[in-house]
Amino acid sequence: MISSVIFAILLIGASVLFTINVRKIRRNILLGRDISLTDNKGDRLRTMLLVAFGQQKMFSKPIPAILHLFLYVAFIITQIELLEIIWDGFTGAHRAFRPALGGFYTFMVSFIEILSVLAFIGTIAFLSRRNLLKVPRLNMKELKGWPMKDANLILLGELSLLCFIFMMNGADEVLYSRGESHAVNTGGNSLGLSISSIIGPALFGNMSHDTLVILERVGWWGHIIMVFAFLNYLPISKHLHIILGFPNTYFSNLRKKGQFTTLESVTDVVAPNFDPAYVAKTDPNNPQRFGVKDVQDLTWKNLLDAYTCTECGRCTSACPQNITGKKLSPRKIMMDTRDRLEEVGKNIDKNKGTFVDDGKSLFDYISTEEIWACNTCNACVQECPVNIDPLAIIMDMRRFLVMEQSQSPNELNMMFTNTENNGAPWQFSPSDRANWTKEN
Amino acid sequence: MSNTPITVRTMAEMMAAGETPEILFWVGCSGSFDDRAKKITKAIVRILDHVNIKFAILGAEESCNGDPAKRAGNEFLFQMQAMQNITVMNGYGIKKIVTGCPHCFNILKNEYPALGGNYEVIHHTQLVQDLINQGKLKVKGGAFKGKKIVFHDPCYLGRGNDVYEAPREIIQKLDSELAEMKRSRAKGLCCGAGGAQMFKEAEPGNKEVNVERTEEALALNPDVIAVACPFCNTMMTDGVKNFNKEDKTKVLDIAELIAQANDL
Ligand code: SF4
Ligand code: SF4
Repeated sequence: MISSVIFAILLIGASVLFTINVRKIRRNILLGRDISLTDNKGDRLRTMLLVAFGQQKMFSKPIPAILHLFLYVAFIITQIELLEIIWDGFTGAHRAFRPALGGFYTFMVSFIEILSVLAFIGTIAFLSRRNLLKVPRLNMKELKGWPMKDANLILLGELSLLCFIFMMNGADEVLYSRGESHAVNTGGNSLGLSISSIIGPALFGNMSHDTLVILERVGWWGHIIMVFAFLNYLPISKHLHIILGFPNTYFSNLRKKGQFTTLESVTDVVAPNFDPAYVAKTDPNNPQRFGVKDVQDLTWKNLLDAYTCTECGRCTSACPQNITGKKLSPRKIMMDTRDRLEEVGKNIDKNKGTFVDDGKSLFDYISTEEIWACNTCNACVQECPVNIDPLAIIMDMRRFLVMEQSQSPNELNMMFTNTENNGAPWQFSPSDRANWTKEN
Repeated sequence: MSNTPITVRTMAEMMAAGETPEILFWVGCSGSFDDRAKKITKAIVRILDHVNIKFAILGAEESCNGDPAKRAGNEFLFQMQAMQNITVMNGYGIKKIVTGCPHCFNILKNEYPALGGNYEVIHHTQLVQDLINQGKLKVKGGAFKGKKIVFHDPCYLGRGNDVYEAPREIIQKLDSELAEMKRSRAKGLCCGAGGAQMFKEAEPGNKEVNVERTEEALALNPDVIAVACPFCNTMMTDGVKNFNKEDKTKVLDIAELIAQANDL
């Protein structure tokens, strides 16, 4: 009884806290400009199923893809067991689904156990390549400090979660075999779970009844408390991708990657020179900044991208500029965008719902050196396993520098002048354009 | 390649003669002004002539498509350029365009429609592949028979527009050995020119992008590095020079491979 009450308080507390955090993230994302991404629902759904659910893009690196798949599938399937745990928690029952499901229950939990072992292997492998093998992609400058700690915390959290599961099932196996389980309906003298029926007796076989009951309970509570902790850790972690990966791929850019956005606010200025009957497309009462200075100028999709980024660095390890030692790192672009957005969000919280100018912008996080280095080659976009578009942010920041600040490198200013005057980025006379037809 | 002079007519000349071309050849700034790229332009012209396609250029009426300006963030200048070109092309009733450059191809195909320019746009490798498939262009390996050719994907043809096979199928028609770098197709590494980098110095780092890319290509010991973009051509040519390999390895456009192999 007492335990049911404690459980209910924990569950409600964790859910309320999670809801508050999620609403805050939603509010932050919606600080972005509106953009319509509700067309082609079929294509969107297919993209989401392939890329997020099917992990399609992960498989360009097969080994990490398989290890990640272990964690991913184990996570999804374990949700079924979680239902039982929540039921048991509320009612004080023990393995409430077992009597009704019978053999299927044993099969299900056994399957989860096998996946858990695979996930365990995956987690150990991930921890080692990050900390022992020091894979370059996972040890770059931008990961120093919190991002590295975040990554390790998640992996250690996952390990302890798995340990709790096996502690719970293993101890219970021994109790069942002695006919001493505290389940109301013991139903036979073995749980018969694939892994625990082996490691249970091996590890706990000699222990007393009381110790076993304590171990089983510690496993059970440890597991559920870890789940609640995880839930509320997500909003401050890169681990948020396990949720946002789905909407983010649904709202993917479906156009060809070579096609960049057309600024309608610019068209409204340029088009009347060519077509006097042109009707403006943007609202003159709500003039838009050209390009992006701060997170509020980005679209909500750019901001969703930032929260979805799992900091894997696949983008950066494919970036020609980063490979050749330049400061530009598309992963850092996404991390900076999220950090600035979080800062703006906290500012809003502090100032009762309105943003008070703090004299800062996205340019305090991302330098012009990074912005100007980009080849617009789309390698980062291609590589991202959750269809994030760092290039879109880089481009819009360039637009701000050029069109609002007239701040571009000198050589580019010369290229602009040539284009304007000569119709070519170099200093050639437009009338010479067809000279090649007469040269041999 | 033969040295017989070529005759190229402009849209204005064709209109005056009361004729309409099958296709407009969009030459591009590099193809018009850069000495190396002009050779690619002429190779494309010779291929078009060889298969008797009636084409025209815009000549002095062509102006920069606005790609360098747009990728450098100058959307104003891009839209000015685009609308100027669209006015000219719509005035001539242009329907179909072939370009000699993936940047021209991408921008005309994908970014002009929103500004009122709707055309069927193809890149010259797609045109050549089509001609071969339709049996209109018979290709022999010629000087490239048995040679090792490695293809470098241009970002705006490959990742930008998902065209990976056309250039490769053409190379294979030359009876040559098509070699692939580890970073190819969707994983192709940029030559370093895109995003208006062609027009400025690189930011501080430890290597030039074109050197990184050429090094990867040269590691395969190819006779030819095949490209399909005048900017890639410049970057890869510079890269080969950087390694003093210009005697062993040539950098050639797909159009040049076809024209040279078939004495066009
Ligand atoms: S588009 Fe820019 S940031 Fe992305 S990989 Fe290419 S150079 Fe790097
Ligand atoms: S943007 Fe994508 S590829 Fe880059 S670090 Fe984030 S999740 Fe990984």
